[in-house]
Amino acid sequence: MRRDLLQLFYLASAILFVLGLRGLSHPRTARRGMFLAELGMLLAIIGSMLHHEIIDYRWIAAGLVLGTAIGVPLAMWIPMTAVPQRTALSHSFGALAAALIGISEYYRHGAALGSLRVGVIALEVMLGSLTFTGSLMAAGKLQGLIRGYPITYRGQNVSNLLLLAGMLALIPFLMFVPTSVTAFYTLVGLAFFFGVMLVLPIGAADMPVVIALLNSYAGLTDAAMGFMLDNKIQIITGSLDGSSGFILSILMCRAMNRSITNVLFGAFGKVEEQAAGALESKKPIRQVSIEEAAEILGTARSIVFVPGYGMAVAQAQHRVREVADVLKSKGVDVRYGIHAVAGRMPGHMNVLLAEANVPYDELYDMDQINSYFPETDVTVVVGANDVVNPAAKRLPGSPIYGMPILEVEKARVVIVCKRSLAAGFAGIDNELYYGDKTLMLFGDAKDTMIKLTAALKE
Amino acid sequence: MIDIGLIGDLYVFVLAGFLGYQVISRVSPLLHTPLMSATNAISGISLVGSLVVAGAGYNRVSTLMGFIAVTASTINVVGGFLITDRILKMFRAGK
Repeated sequence: MRRDLLQLFYLASAILFVLGLRGLSHPRTARRGMFLAELGMLLAIIGSMLHHEIIDYRWIAAGLVLGTAIGVPLAMWIPMTAVPQRTALSHSFGALAAALIGISEYYRHGAALGSLRVGVIALEVMLGSLTFTGSLMAAGKLQGLIRGYPITYRGQNVSNLLLLAGMLALIPFLMFVPTSVTAFYTLVGLAFFFGVMLVLPIGAADMPVVIALLNSYAGLTDAAMGFMLDNKIQIITGSLDGSSGFILSILMCRAMNRSITNVLFGAFGKVEEQAAGALESKKPIRQVSIEEAAEILGTARSIVFVPGYGMAVAQAQHRVREVADVLKSKGVDVRYGIHAVAGRMPGHMNVLLAEANVPYDELYDMDQINSYFPETDVTVVVGANDVVNPAAKRLPGSPIYGMPILEVEKARVVIVCKRSLAAGFAGIDNELYYGDKTLMLFGDAKDTMIKLTAALKE
Repeated sequence: MIDIGLIGDLYVFVLAGFLGYQVISRVSPLLHTPLMSATNAISGISLVGSLVVAGAGYNRVSTLMGFIAVTASTINVVGGFLITDRILKMFRAGK
């Protein structure tokens, strides 16, 4: 009876989770959706408290209190630029929980579970352990605790594949010899190690894909934990999470015209065999002053801002919005063109602009904005580089060739706000800067925007 | 060797995956970051499995691991929902 009641609680929360995620299809319904998901979570927790095996609530209470004490500051105090590392950290917490519960299941029952169940536990613990260390690595790279650029060595892919093969071989072995404690803990150790090795060669620019992929792993880990404990709500949630992470990874890869294999094993951004002769004819660049730029902007009717991660690093999003405000008050049509991989995680740039009070109906994704560029008077590129590099379309030898880009050069004038002529994350020079329509506005993004606002107000 | 429980679980897993694909495909690209923090939050559902291990008093090692798992999952639930709401609050329509 009690068990049936628990299942009904779980069913209700599964429905609420799905409705909650559906709410995210539009910013208007999103918060209501999340409220439903929170309700679902509450139901699931209350239901689980009724579980017949629970005899002592002290450790549960302690965990809930400690978790809340850590979770609240982690959510409320971190800046929006740090959301990617928080997300990665969160994947590692979930994976840690799953790995520990898996280990405790094996520790408690051991071989008594039968070969199939031991196989499930082994798979669960493997996924949990590698996601745990992999996500910690990703968080470290994003936070700058570990060097952001790819760390590679000879034979890296071969050794990683051998490691993976070793782990995968241990699972059937454990099914045949469920009593082998050594094999089990070797698997745990290898999985921890593999997680580190997997993320080591991946550069900062590829983090959006990696985070999405780790999201998917975290979901699969959760589902595997559900299989292990025969708990349907965890299977459903894990499956939803897994498909979410999977879809996001695919979208990110598509936005870079790369395959998942290439992201994982390609070590992008390390050694760029620069297509020789690509820029042999260094054309002169044309520079503008703040006043000239203000004059061009002041006489435009339509302006598109193209922000990149450089804007976020300079914390210039508020200043960009102030420039936009002045322009809007003069009747200029202002939009923002956002590339899917701008920022450090899917949708990151939208959040940073929303934080700066840019209304979401001014934010356009690549497909929407690309058809608008031909009728745009001025595009202002702030801190974006690779996502506006025409080499992606014109230069077959370029590492970013084939990547869909924001076609900023179709506007009448392009103003590029940039600190210097340094290359982007991909380490490639950008032809856009030497274009006929391009005007370079050198300086710190934040500083430049403040001066632009002042000049425009005159 | 066929485990009826596992087969039933497999049904649920596969169908939920399809459902997830349909629902997530409709999520606005504007909200991909809050989508990730929301899935972080609901992945804290590992709490329900952890609760039992922490509270069943099987043995000292299991209880300790259960306690850590409850803590880690709670961080995800509490932190995930709070930051999702914090992000979503910032998305405002113009005029």
